[in-house]
Amino acid sequence: MCTTCGCSPEDLHHDHGDGHHHHDHGHDHESIGAAVGKKISIETDILARNNRLAAGNREMFAARKVFVLNLVSSPGSGKTTLLEKTLKDLSASTRSAVIEGDQQTDNDAVRIAATGVPVKQINTGAGCHLDAHMVGHAAEEFDLDNIDLLFIENVGNLVCPSSFDLGEHHKVVVLSVTEGEDKPLKYPHMFHAADVMLLNKTDLLPHLDFDVAKCLAMARRVNPGITIFEVSARTGAGMADWYGWLAERVRS
Amino acid sequence: MHELSITQSVVEICEQNAGGRRVLAVTLELGALSGCVPDALEFCFEACTKGTLLEGAKLIIERVEPKGLCLGCKTEFPVSAYYDSCPSCGGFTVELLRGEELRVKELEVE
Repeated sequence: MCTTCGCSPEDLHHDHGDGHHHHDHGHDHESIGAAVGKKISIETDILARNNRLAAGNREMFAARKVFVLNLVSSPGSGKTTLLEKTLKDLSASTRSAVIEGDQQTDNDAVRIAATGVPVKQINTGAGCHLDAHMVGHAAEEFDLDNIDLLFIENVGNLVCPSSFDLGEHHKVVVLSVTEGEDKPLKYPHMFHAADVMLLNKTDLLPHLDFDVAKCLAMARRVNPGITIFEVSARTGAGMADWYGWLAERVRS
Repeated sequence: MHELSITQSVVEICEQNAGGRRVLAVTLELGALSGCVPDALEFCFEACTKGTLLEGAKLIIERVEPKGLCLGCKTEFPVSAYYDSCPSCGGFTVELLRGEELRVKELEVE
């Protein structure tokens, strides 16, 4: 049985009501015993279990000095291409690893493995997001003492992954210029939750009506503190600034 | 459809606290900016409670209206979306005081 969350191997990737979790309820337990009539006061955060497991992941990453990023975007924004390029360009200086999240297939994991970086695929099946439980177990399979930077490529979805803390240092939202400049306003939860935005596929701008200034203004409206890099994973334009940001944080 | 895993967590929390008694009603506090849609929760609730202590229980959702604090001019105001600006000074640096709640508030048991 897993000593962190109490799951057995067959429990992986699903919720298990095993009843022996010690949740951080943030409430007075006496209120349960002192229930008036048939009412029981609970006041428990529904995401408490995920948040507790995420805190455990965060401790594990801190102890092993691994810098962890949770990459989120809609499907087709170029997350995997951006990762391939980043992993190749940083291979001399940084020991990276990748957790790939997709509903089905290991296509992305195969692409990442081709760069020579250790990779672990999580298939969520019907699930629309990764959670801290899945990520904790996937991360345990790496030799974390010899990894500086862990990328978690979340399921392509601009909605659900915003609610689930995985224990990462930062959420990084990838938006491609083919998606339309108003995505930050249409999906404000994700852009609010992210600390960094990568505006990708900028090499296509000459062919589009995409207004970069307008897009960045919308992102900053939803999240005034967001750090933004304009990049093209295909041509490499702008990638140096992104690498600079990473280098300042890895093993720091 | 992350409401499915959210609802599974609700059932788990309720069963842990119900002490083996049948649950008649569950009250949730749901912030309007929690990222959770009440209709989707209700849809999932029926499916997730089958064969549990919560089967047939009533789901009561108390919506929490978001309130923000402008970090520029310290005005408190009702917020409807993350991109709302301060009605007083027009600033976008707004701290959300409430509205992201996702909590099981209360159970009613047999």
